[in-house]
This record gives sequence, structure tokens and C-alpha cells, in this order.
Amino acid sequence: MARIIVVTSGKGGVGKTTTSAAIAMGLAKRGHKTAVIDFDVGLRNLDLIMGCERRVVYDFINVINGEASLNQALIRDKNCNLLYILPASQTRDKDALTLEGVGKVLDELSGDFQYIVCDSPAGIEKGAYLALYYADDAFVVTNPEISSVRDSDRMLGILASKSRRAENNEEPVKEFLLLTRYDPSRVKSGEMLGLDDVQDILSLHLLGIIPESKSVLTASNAGMPVILDEKSEAGQAYEDVVARYLGEDRPHRFIEDKKGFFRKLFGGKS
Amino acid sequence: MSLLDYFRISKPKSADIAKERLQILVAHERAARNPRPSYLPQLQKELLEVIRKYVNVDQDAISVNFEQDDNQETLELNIVLPDYQQENKTINS
Ligand SMILES: Nc1ncnc2c1ncn2[C@@H]1O[C@H](COP(=O)(O)OP(=O)(O)O)[C@@H](O)[C@H]1O
Ligand SMILES: [Mg+2]
Repeated sequence: MARIIVVTSGKGGVGKTTTSAAIAMGLAKRGHKTAVIDFDVGLRNLDLIMGCERRVVYDFINVINGEASLNQALIRDKNCNLLYILPASQTRDKDALTLEGVGKVLDELSGDFQYIVCDSPAGIEKGAYLALYYADDAFVVTNPEISSVRDSDRMLGILASKSRRAENNEEPVKEFLLLTRYDPSRVKSGEMLGLDDVQDILSLHLLGIIPESKSVLTASNAGMPVILDEKSEAGQAYEDVVARYLGEDRPHRFIEDKKGFFRKLFGGKS
Repeated sequence: MSLLDYFRISKPKSADIAKERLQILVAHERAARNPRPSYLPQLQKELLEVIRKYVNVDQDAISVNFEQDDNQETLELNIVLPDYQQENKTINS
């Protein structure tokens, strides 16, 4: 039986797709057969971030509609043979996804995979609901910014009331916080909400802090999940996240403003 | 005002303002999406049955209130007992 992870946030542009790609790759690199599904129908992006856009033939909706088998639609990752991508449809609209259809695909994947990562679209409507409905674990991606924290809190409300686990009165979805695009120097100067501020409001189990990092853009330019860039802070932070999720105890990094006076003066690289 | 105070006064940090606004907003939104628990009417009905075994009270002599704030939920139970004399009358008659 696969463990189903939803990467969710409410707000758009906070780093859900970046995170989905990174943690799916991280889990697969550690030997777990993993599938990552793009739920953003009409606005697919995951294939670009994973660098497999030219190999998309069939998509999630084709599988739901019986126009292609799961095996025909799944794309094996070029860097890791335990990782598979199920792309979203670019042409259909969100109504093509149904609760039953999604359930059927997840069920079929469950037999063969250890982890299924669901990359949620933005918003709190149908697409986001379908992405979280079957989840066992939720990675709540939050930026240290007022509207993102608020939307995360709303997402938590939905997880607690509308998910399958909530409806069936089962053990609730496990919720984890990923604080992304974190800039310790701006936190220090009082311009940005800090980890403690966000936790005072959300009080979630913290999986990791992903610093704002130029390497994220570079990685997406290349179509390579940033976790493969082992030299970058963001890559290391995602590596920590995967390790912690799998039960390893690692101290949190990238919270403090490390830039010394001289690095600041001469513009240190992040 | 001492010279020291003068230096200490500074504008609140913008992150502090953000946090305060968020705390208020989130508390409101949480309260709105957690309305009264669904067991309340049943609880009220059963409590009334139990109390009526011992005291002759009206249907509306009992009120159950549910309140919620940041970190606790309170269930307030209010029972209005009938006048002692009235009670005697009912029993005697
Ligand atoms: N840690 C980070 N540092 C810098 N840029 C980031 C970081 N995380 C995400 N981004 C950038 O933010 C934008 C939105 O990210 P994306 O993962 O597509 O968000 P979402 O899927 O939530 O809409 C992208 O341009 C991405 O490169
Ligand atoms: Mg996305």
C-alpha cells in the first residue's frame, strides 16, 4: 500500500511544484518507488520542472477516461528509475477530474508504488480538494508572508473536515509544515515573519525551512529538481526534509542569518 | 522621558504588525468554520430527560452553550430550577 502525500497551500506561487518535484526525487533516490502526479489540470508545470515535457504522450485525464492505461501515461524519470511522473492535461478543464476517477488511479498506483506525491493546484476549490481528498500526509507549503499563512490555515481546516480520512472518521491526515522562500536576513530585520511567528499561528510539525535561493530558478531552467543540486542550500534543505519525513532526526538549518559583515558588504551568494 | 527611552522608541517592525493582524484574522476564521458541535441538540435533550427524573422542569429551563477561543472550548450548562414553593404545590396536588 502506497502512502499518499499531498503538497498543498491554498495560495499559488509558494513552491508546491518545486517541493513536489524535490521530495518525489528525494524519496525515489532513497530507494522508494515513487509516483508524482500533477493535479493542476490546464496549467501543467510539473513536467517542466522534472524536465520530461517532451516525453508527455498521455496524461492523468486520459487514464481516468480510459483512453490510455496507467503504464502508457506514466513517464519514467531520466535521473532515477524508481521515479515516475503522471502529467496533467494541458487542454482539458478541471471538471474532467472526478473524485471516483482520481480514486481509481490512486488505487491502481497504490499496488505498485510506495509513495504517491500529489502536486496540488492553487485555490481551495475542486482541484485542490481532489488532490488532498485521498491523502495520508499533507505537506503544507507556506511562505513567511501574511496571505500565505492565512491560506495555509484555511487548507488545514479543509484537511480536517473534507478529506477522506475526516469523512470516514479515520485517523486524521498528518500535517507537516514546509516553510519555503525563507530569507533569514529579512526576518532578522523585522521585515518578514519568522519561523516562530508562523508557528505561533499554525503550530504544525516542522519538516523543514527552505531558504529563498537562486538555485531554484537555475534548477527549473534546466528541468532538474533542485534536490539534485547538492551544493545549493535549497537542495540540502529538501534533502533534510525527505530524511526527516522518513524518520531521521536532523537539526534544522537555514534559520539564522549567516551572512557575516563582510559577505553582506560584498554581496554574498545565496 | 529619559534619554534612554528616547532611543528605545522605534516603530513596530512590519513583521510584528503582520503577525498581530494574522492572529486576529485566523482566530475569527477558525471560529467561523467550527460551528457548534453537532451533538449539542441531542445532549440537551438527554440532559433534560435525566433532570426531569428528579425535578419537574420546563423544556426551556435548560440551556447548553458552546464557546471557543484560541486554545480552549467551553461547554456551559445552565439549568433553572423551579421555585421551591411551586415545586411543593405540584408534588402536593
Ligand atoms: N526556495 C525558493 N527560492 C527561490 N525561488 C523559489 C523557491 N521556491 C519556489 N521558488 C520560485 O517560486 C515560483 C513558484 O514556485 P512553484 O513551485 O511553481 O509554486 P506553486 O506550485 O506553489 O505555484 C517559481 O518561479 C519558483 O522558481
Ligand atoms: Mg504548481
